[in-house]
Formats: sequence, C-alpha cells, structure tokens
Amino acid sequence: MSDTATPVQQAPRPPALAGLNAKAFSGSLRDYGMILCLVGIVIFFQVFTDGALLRPLNLTNLVLQNSYIVVMALGMLLVIVAGHIDLSVGSTAGFIGALAAVLMVQMGLPPLLATVLCLVAGGVIGAAQGWWVAYLRIPSFIVTLAGMLVFKGLTLALLAGQSVGPFPPDFQKLSSGFIPDIVTGGPLRITSVLVGVALAVILVGSNLRRRLGQQRQGFTAEPIGAFALKNALVAAVIVAFSTWLATYRGLPNVLIVMFALILLYRFVTSRTVIGRRIYALGGNEKAAKLSGINTERLTFLTFVNMGVLAALAGLIFAARLNTATPKAGLGFELDVIAACFIGGASASGGVGKVTGAVVGALIMGVMNNGMSILGIGIDYQQVIKGLVLLGAVSIDQYYRKR
Amino acid sequence: MAASPAPRAAPSASPILEMRGITKAFPGVKALDNVTLAVRAGEIHAVCGENGAGKSTLMKVLSGVYPAGSYDGHILFDGEERLFSGIPDSEALGIIIIHQELALVPLLSIAENIFLGNEAASRFGVIDWPLAMARTRDLLARVGLDEAPETLVTDLGVGKQQLVEIAKALSKRVRLLILDEPTASLNESDSAALLTLLEAFRDQGITSILISHKLNEIARVADSVTILRDGASVETLAREAMLGPDGNLNEDRIIKGMVGRDLAHRYPPREGVTIGEPLLEVTGWSVRHPLHPDRLAVQDVSLTVRRGEVVGMAGLLGAGRTEFAMSLFGGAYGQRVAGQARLRGQPADLGSVEAAIRAGLAYATEDRKGYGLVLHEDIRTNVSLANLAGVAARGVIDEDRDRAVAERYRERLRIRSSGIDQATVNLSGGNQQKVVLSKWLFADPDVLILDEPTRGIDVGAKYEIYAIINDLARQGKGVLIISSEMPELLGMCDRILVMNRGRIVGELPAAQASQEAIMRAIVTSGG
Repeated sequence: MSDTATPVQQAPRPPALAGLNAKAFSGSLRDYGMILCLVGIVIFFQVFTDGALLRPLNLTNLVLQNSYIVVMALGMLLVIVAGHIDLSVGSTAGFIGALAAVLMVQMGLPPLLATVLCLVAGGVIGAAQGWWVAYLRIPSFIVTLAGMLVFKGLTLALLAGQSVGPFPPDFQKLSSGFIPDIVTGGPLRITSVLVGVALAVILVGSNLRRRLGQQRQGFTAEPIGAFALKNALVAAVIVAFSTWLATYRGLPNVLIVMFALILLYRFVTSRTVIGRRIYALGGNEKAAKLSGINTERLTFLTFVNMGVLAALAGLIFAARLNTATPKAGLGFELDVIAACFIGGASASGGVGKVTGAVVGALIMGVMNNGMSILGIGIDYQQVIKGLVLLGAVSIDQYYRKR
Repeated sequence: MAASPAPRAAPSASPILEMRGITKAFPGVKALDNVTLAVRAGEIHAVCGENGAGKSTLMKVLSGVYPAGSYDGHILFDGEERLFSGIPDSEALGIIIIHQELALVPLLSIAENIFLGNEAASRFGVIDWPLAMARTRDLLARVGLDEAPETLVTDLGVGKQQLVEIAKALSKRVRLLILDEPTASLNESDSAALLTLLEAFRDQGITSILISHKLNEIARVADSVTILRDGASVETLAREAMLGPDGNLNEDRIIKGMVGRDLAHRYPPREGVTIGEPLLEVTGWSVRHPLHPDRLAVQDVSLTVRRGEVVGMAGLLGAGRTEFAMSLFGGAYGQRVAGQARLRGQPADLGSVEAAIRAGLAYATEDRKGYGLVLHEDIRTNVSLANLAGVAARGVIDEDRDRAVAERYRERLRIRSSGIDQATVNLSGGNQQKVVLSKWLFADPDVLILDEPTRGIDVGAKYEIYAIINDLARQGKGVLIISSEMPELLGMCDRILVMNRGRIVGELPAAQASQEAIMRAIVTSGG
C-alpha cells in the first residue's frame, strides 16, 4: 500500500468560493469602512465650516497639528499588536522636548547632535520600560503608568517648572519648515507638486508590481476594476493634496518625515519577518515561543521602538511650539491609543494595521480641528471624541462578529 | 478495557427525549439534515460521529443555544413539544450539558463554582455560605470527589474538575445529562471512574447522552448508540445490535457508519523503512519542577531515536512525558539540572527553542489551540511561523514563496479548508493538527516529537495523521510519539518507552508490547 492511498474522508466541504469571497469582502469592508468614515467626517466639517477645513492654510495646520500623534501611533500600533500598551508616551514626548531645550537652548549644543541624543534618550527610556515588561513580566499597563508619572515629574524637574525657548532656527524647521523650492516666485511650489506626483507613481508602481507577482503565481488578486479604481483614487488624492498645499507654502518637512515613516512601518508590519513575528507574539505568545520566536526580546524591541518614536514626536512638538513647556505631551497618550483602536487594533493583541492607526489618527485630528473651527468648546470636544472612540470600536466589533 | 456486561436494569421503553427531523442550516452549509434522536428514560445513550458530523450542533439545538425557530423539526421532552428560546429554558427542565471545554472559574472555590449563577442566596442577595457548603459536600459525595468545598478549582486536576462540573449539574436537578467527550483529556483511571459514575446515575434514574469517539467507552456503558455522519443520523443501534455475536462491540459496523466506508486497517502499515543510525540520543536528562524547586519533574531520562524509527512514549497523565519533551525542546519547561542531548551524533545546543529548531528538533504540542496555532491567523501564516527564514530573504518575506509553501502543505497533508487564507480557528481539530504538523514539516527537522498527535480527532483524520507519520519515517526522520491511547502506540510504534513519575520505567519492542505489558510496567514501578 502506498502512502497516497489514504482513505478519502466524506466530510462536508465548506462552501469554498462563497466563504472566501464573503470573508475577503467583509475584510476589505472593514478596511475601507474607516477610510469612508474619515471621508464622511471631512465632508461634514467641510460643509459646516463653509469650506474652511480644506483651505491650504488650514490643511497645512492640520498636518502640523497631528504629525506627532501619527508618529507615535505607528509605534503604539506595534506595542498594541504585541499585546501591550504604553501609557507613558505623552510624558516621554514632553520629557524629550524638555531635554532638547536644555541641550540646545541652555547648553548650546548643535541641533543635529542634540536631536540624535534625544532620539537615543527616547530609545533608552523605551528600553528601561520594555525591560520590566518583557523580562520581569510586569504588566505593561503598570510599568508605563509608573513611567508616565516618572517622566512627567522629570520634565518638571528638568525645566524647573518654567518654559524654555526659543529653539535655534535650524531646529524649528523640523516642524515649521517647508521643502525648499527650486523655481521660486511662482504662485505654485513646483517642487511640492513634483514630490506629490513622484510619490503617487511610486505607490501605484509598487502595488502594480505586487499584483503582477501574485498573478504570475496564479493567486487570484482582486478584480482589475477594483484595483485600478483604488489606485487611481489614491494617486489622485496624493497629487491633489500636494498641489493644493503647493498653492500655500508647499509640503511641510514634517509631512515628508511622517509619510516616509508610514511607508516604512507599513512595510515592516506587512512584509518582514520581524513584523510577522510581532503579530504572532500578540496573537498567541505561547505558540510564538514554541515556534522559536524570542518573545522577550521582541517585546523589548517594540518598547525601544516606541521610545524612539515618542522622542521624535516630542521633538516635533517642541519645534512647533518653539519652546519646551512643562505641560507638553499632556494627554497625548490618550489620542495615540484612541487612534490605534479607532483604526481597528484589538486590545487583546495580534490584530491591527498601520493604515488603520494612521486613519484613526486623522479622524481624531480632523475632528479636533473641525470642532475648533466651529467654535465648539474644549469641554464638549472631549465628550464627542470619547463617544466617537466608543462608537467606532463598537461598530468594528459588530462587523467582526458577523 | 474489555466490555464487562454488568447486570443492567432494562431501560424503560418510553422515550424521555425525541428529536424529530431536525434540520439546521447556516449560510451555505446544512449542518444538520433531518436528524432523528430518540433517548429512552434511564438509559445511557451514546452519540458518535466524526468531527463535523453535527454532534455539537445537535446538542446546541437541544439546549436552546440555537433557539426554537432557527431550525426545523420538533423536540419532545417527556412527550411534550418544547420550544426553548435559550439555555435557561432547557435547564429548567433538567437538561444539562457539560462541554468539552470546562466552564469553571479557576480562581473560585468548588462551592462557589457549583452555585455560580444559582447562588444559595437568602434575602437581599446575601449568600448563605453554611448552606452552600453543606450542599456542596452532599453533591461532592454523590460524584465521589473527596475534596473540601473551599478548594480552588485551579488546584484540581482535569479529572476532578470534570466531577465538579457534574456536581454542578446535579445541583440543578438534572434529568438528562449530556456529556460532550468527557474523557478527551482524562487518563485511563479517571475515565473509568467517570464511566462508573454514569452507571451509578443510571441506577438513580438519570438519563445520559454520552458523546464520544472512544469505542471502548461506548462498549462499556452505552445502552444504545446513535451514529451521525455529515449532519445526518445514520442509524441507532440498541445494545444487542451494537454488540457482535461474541459479546464484544461490533466496532467495524460503528466505524463504517461513522466514516461511510470500511476501515480495513486502523493503522496503515509502514513498509520499506530501514531503521538506521541514532538521530537523537538523550542521556541522564533531569528537570526541576518550575513551581516546586525541590522536586524533579523529569528524572534521569535516557533514550535514543533512530533514523526511520517511530518510538512511542506511554504513561499516565502527569507521568512527565510532556514535561520531558518541552524541556528538551529549548528549555520550554522547567530548568534542566542534568543531562546531555546529541543530534546526529553531535552534541546539540538546545539552549533556546530557536537553537533546538536549528539543531533539527521539532515539538508538536498536545495543546493545539493553546500552544500550537495563532488561531485567528490564516493557514499560510501559521505554516511558515517556525521557519520564516525559509520564505524570506534578508528579513523580507517573499509572499509568493510563502503562499506556495502553504499551498504545497495544504495539498500534501490534505488540509480541508476553503484555501490557505482561511483562519485556523475555523478548521476542525484534525485539520488544525495538520496545520501544526505542516509548520513543523516545513521547519525540516531530523527528529519530531509529536505530543498526543490525534487527541480529539476523528477516526478518518487519525488515519491520515498516521499515514503522515509513516511517511516521515520513510523519509528518514526519527519520530517520538507521546500518547495516552495505548492502542495507538501499539499500532504505530517500533518501540515503546513507558514513563511514570518522571522516570522511564520500561522499554518494550513492538513485538512484546501489549496494553497489559505497559500497565504492568507502570504499576510495578512503585509509582
């Protein structure tokens, strides 16, 4: 008897095609649901602010106001996917801003050196907290709650309770600078438009390459119509967005930094070994461990990464305010964590996407901005944001269960 | 265990439960198709069928998890048609289900668990603890569990936890007790005790439905058996028809009913395999218990697995087999205090799981869901998890290769699924096990340790797993099977090691091995 002569079991076959399509459909529905939600919110505020929301000036402000939240959301997503939480990011960002002020304003260090030192300091802060979480198995909620208090206190101590500024002009450019224009004087910042076009081409190109690869292997990709429509839309939005901003002062430096980081983290989470391992770690730590994954080191590294990104966010925020204040970073962690959960990350780990977290951050950002333009007080803004968070996660849960 | 036809009270002819023409459809699938089940008052009625045959769905219809109106057909209890809209309705009539996965709160006491949701409360919602304790003691005596009511459930073994569940059912004045594979995670002596308890209940007039894969259990206690296949009831056999002319269970007829074909051999023959040089050699392996540092969980274990050889590891639950395997596999359990391991004749670094995998060792866990799979992830992600380097270049995953690998194993191991993108949580136990095996096959080890590779898997899928094991031996791998099912070890292994209390207490070549010989090795080892 050969080994192929295994008896064929007459088990009921699952309805292969229907099941797959339904799953793919509901999956993409969930992905696009949040984007549609963002579009809806943008349209809502665009109408009710009489078009003020999308004016180039306000759009630029929107980017500047939310860049640090987006940057931290990238790190927070990895932490949440790994099954943890980091409550200390706001305090860390504030502390690093203070550190930057001390280094540059009080000690006169060159901005570049100070920036590097600050990023390293962020990594060390992340490592210090990650060590307790990963190796001593203290729940991250507790470790980072402690970290939140510690660094809030250290910020006050470092600044002696006062604001320190202004920063050197070179450092300010991180937040308030725009990419330089080759052709000056025109009504349109040509370089910014070109960068936008180039980005669109790169993005569509890489999607196309991936699709062709899938087809070569005989895997059914999404239908050509949907693919073309999706890419055309994305390209159009990018080009329109950069052209629109080019009519004001062009693309802000921080937007470029943010965009590069988004692409990098999207790649890391979806295509690399370390990304796959983080999802496995959060999905089932025991199984990941028994599959040869060094779960402690991986957890540790996600916190180091979070620390560096919190530091970068702290620098961006300090550069934007052009001063380090003891109150900087207060409550950032709430916006960052909310962004991840609105974007579909699961509180129990293993689930969540970079694009989701970014869209989540933008939803929060547009709402903040739009409500401010409408003149809604900070009191009710918080009420509304809280309800939106609860609503978004409930809707997500509902679709997940179906 | 031979069927000992104990003198049994003839069950009354009147049915306590009749389920007529039950049809339950989910979008795209008919889970139950015109199923009929008639249970006589006071009998033990076995329900058997492969995984996915519809047993659990049928029980969910019966208990009201699927409320009246969501299925077609009729449920008659005590001769009256019943429309349950939820579990409370069925429990009110004394229909109690004990699920395979026990529903106890680990950090609450036995008494608290028994009265959870049914607290012995006096006025104002204040619990009358003396009353609850006294009642718990009565209930524990009825199920033969000698534990204090204050004992925390987490401190009990699985066997005793099962008894707590049954005591809980008794506290609800059970009339029809439904047990879903109650012995799946019990050892032989606990299983036997449980079956004896069922027989005692029968004498007290409690009717039971026993869902089980294990034919020897059915042979021992069942008064009749209903066989399900592919969502339909195949036939119901009374005890006389169940047993052959020689008084033994007519296994062939039941298996044929379950799988719809004759299973000529339950264990596929392994031919054309030559046993070669030693691949894994372990000497003097001792491991400290992680919670009791003064105790050794594994003591002075030495063994050899050769190329092309299938070695079995027998023993009772808690004998230290899993502990040994996991400590060998990169120290995933306890702390090693002594011992060496050699792979392919070379001293092997087994300092971490990663190193153990690199050295050529693989360990497929007994707990697929807890330790084997990332359940919400798809088949593809799970298959490559232990060997991501095999689908990646410079840390970047080649998705095409990743998919191709998953497709290859899906075909080779016949993983029944809608595709490699299906989440493993939706697969049946047998197919989940195949995904775990795929993961380890792709890691390309020399020696595979398979811990309870067929636990909770139906007959047909078991056969396929056995064929895969034979295939591995043919490819020149060494296989170590840890199993609590002795027939499986006897049918599959070239050599059987017997472990008890952390030590190897016997080694039997296939020719000399028998269930009696294994048990003798265990009971004479002074355990």
